[in-house]
Amino acid sequence: MITRLLTSALFAGAASGLIAALLQLWFVQPVLLHAELYESGALLHFGADSNIAAAQDVGGFDLVRDGLSIVFTMLIYSAYAMVMLAAMALAEERGAQISARTGLIWGLAGFVAVHFAPGFSLAPEVPGVAAADVVLRQIWWFATVGMAAVAMALIGFGKGWMAWAGAAALLLAPHVYGAPEPEVFTGPVPTEIGALFAARAFGVGMAAWALLGAFSGYFWSRQIGAPAPAPST
Amino acid sequence: MTTQTQTITQSKSGISTLGAALLVAAMGLGLMVVTGHVQAATLHDAAHDVRHATGFPCH
Repeated sequence: MITRLLTSALFAGAASGLIAALLQLWFVQPVLLHAELYESGALLHFGADSNIAAAQDVGGFDLVRDGLSIVFTMLIYSAYAMVMLAAMALAEERGAQISARTGLIWGLAGFVAVHFAPGFSLAPEVPGVAAADVVLRQIWWFATVGMAAVAMALIGFGKGWMAWAGAAALLLAPHVYGAPEPEVFTGPVPTEIGALFAARAFGVGMAAWALLGAFSGYFWSRQIGAPAPAPST
Repeated sequence: MTTQTQTITQSKSGISTLGAALLVAAMGLGLMVVTGHVQAATLHDAAHDVRHATGFPCH
């Protein structure tokens, strides 16, 4: 069972992580590199009076930096897949059907829980923006992801309005409580770049999570890594 | 006798699914923390762009 879970998770994580990394390098990385020109002070914008061209040369593919990004994206999506497939295996034992098709819904729920729910208050941010203490934000991030994941399970498998009300409360609570915010804003990056970065990060995340769910369901339902059935006699 | 054996086998496989799921989920969480959240300089620099893109708290 462990081998089957790990094999499916690594296959699904590697496949969707590779696609996520390529989407990220194409759509998100140029925005991030553009922001770094302002973070480093190479570009300075002065509000309404800026005359800096919106189009900047941010360089091409950096073998080491972008290669590491690809490796780490595949690792992170494999980690997501391990947690999601563990939940899928438990759900299947209780009668849920796990396939590529149902996996798509699992993936979208995973995106909501792990990417969108924390990002609703701690938006994906470009380098150089003001932020609160990283440890406080990480604690809030894990608490929010955990509560949103339970909420997704309640919506998917709970029965009756009590489950749905509980899910709504779990989804709202971290944002009503509030994420750790900086005391002052010091970001040197134009808001246009920051907004595009957040939108692109969410979009790529949603696509990658949908694929992760579908691949996880596919490899799991194909019994990849399961011991061969005993020959019938 | 046959029924009894089946029951035992089923409950055994139930426990192993839960155990395997918990173990693999814990490994996944550990991997998520190492790749996405540990602030050690080398790890942070290597994963920097991904952490920003996946919305993990960074810096």
